[in-house]
Amino acid sequence: MAPGWGGTLLVGLLHSLEIAIGATCLGLLIGTAGAFGKLYGGPVTRDLLAVYTTVVRAVPELVLILLLYYAGTDLINQVLAAMGYSRVDISGLAAGIFVLGFVQGAYSTEVIRGAILAIPQGQIEAARAYGMPPGLMLRRITLPAMLPFAIPGLANLWLIATKDTALLAVVGFFELTLATRQAAGVTKAYLIFYLAAGVLYLAVTLFSNLVIGRVEARSRRGMPSVKEAR
Amino acid sequence: MSEATAINVAARASLWLKPHRIVLILIALGLALCAIFFMRWDWLPQYWAMGLMGIWRALWILAVTCALGFALAVPLGLAQAGGPIWFSAPAKVFCTIIRGTPLLLQLWLLYYGLGSIFPQYPWIRESWLWPYLRQAWPYGVVALTFSFAGYEGEVMRGAFAGVPRGQLEAARAFGMSRWKIFRRIWLPQAFYRALPTLTGETVLQLKSTPLVATISVIDIFAVSSKVRQDTYLTYEPLLLLALIYMTITGILVFVFSRIEARIPVKIG
Repeated sequence: MAPGWGGTLLVGLLHSLEIAIGATCLGLLIGTAGAFGKLYGGPVTRDLLAVYTTVVRAVPELVLILLLYYAGTDLINQVLAAMGYSRVDISGLAAGIFVLGFVQGAYSTEVIRGAILAIPQGQIEAARAYGMPPGLMLRRITLPAMLPFAIPGLANLWLIATKDTALLAVVGFFELTLATRQAAGVTKAYLIFYLAAGVLYLAVTLFSNLVIGRVEARSRRGMPSVKEAR
Repeated sequence: MSEATAINVAARASLWLKPHRIVLILIALGLALCAIFFMRWDWLPQYWAMGLMGIWRALWILAVTCALGFALAVPLGLAQAGGPIWFSAPAKVFCTIIRGTPLLLQLWLLYYGLGSIFPQYPWIRESWLWPYLRQAWPYGVVALTFSFAGYEGEVMRGAFAGVPRGQLEAARAFGMSRWKIFRRIWLPQAFYRALPTLTGETVLQLKSTPLVATISVIDIFAVSSKVRQDTYLTYEPLLLLALIYMTITGILVFVFSRIEARIPVKIG
């Protein structure tokens, strides 16, 4: 055991962070698209998105992870088989990112939708009056103006994502919680390893909080303070 | 029937029965019928009783942990909102740790970690608690209670701090004792403020209950896992499980909205 069990835990942490980052990015993409669909899409798009966000937020993450994990890998393999390719083993990393990203997407849809609605309507009308095409308006006006409203909710989602990676231990993906379980099972030092893993998760959360505070302060510069407004 | 109400009813009906929505509902019905007729459900009668037992147990865990967790959240919030530093600091540390680590890890820490420590002490094995400590469910209940208390404690902190000063000052001017102020003024008003978040927290707690299946408590999630192992079916038990959770969530949201509607909106 060259790196020792501490190294195993750190590898697990690395995998957890990879999944959390990937899932948050995928969730942001889905969330942005979903928010625009909900706000500006046609009636069918809107209804389908409402079903998506409602169902994902009403079913436990653990159940969704199992369903999407099996359904997702099954679907890809069936599509590949139908196209005449042989079955592939989906990497745990890709499957985990897809599954958690799909769940995160539902939550970020709601966060981003709320943030876009919080933009003063005049700004968007002014952009339209200048004759901006929708893409340019999205890039120059909507996204930057919504950011201060969205960051607290999105930061919360990032923290949830780091903790939700632990659920992937149940489908056998090697991340921090599963690494801890293996280390503890072999060495029989259960308490120490679980406490160590707890400290690692906590460190990620506290460090994230620090960064989030900075980012939030920067994105809010020039805006009235929330405390004074109360 | 007057013309206005007729228009009202028609408007409400047309909200639901727009053409595209009728098509979507028909598609959904078709999918559901496909699921009923083309998937295998013959295992259902055999596991029916077990499933009901599992639902009952999940609801029971949900109710107990929410009640205990809320009882714990009140002192946690109070300590953080107005307590001296030697109360507020531990409460803050508790909330930060609970909210900063995954529930699954906390659960396993309690069950495997503490569970492996307890048998080493003879006085614990001889105490009256030992028959409970040997089972899994007390660890699940404790972990879920702490989790609810940690999240709701943070909410209660804000709720206690949000009660207007004037209310408390008026109560003091009336000559109420500190306990009476807390019981009659501070707690009820903080509770009304926290009530809207309570719905969300309870739904989140419901979604956390399947985690106890990982420490061998037989709730509805564990039943579905058993069905999957016994019958080698992947989707049917999981889809039914998702439907069950969605139904429970719907009922919870409905019940809470009824409770909220009874509470006066204007406070403070």
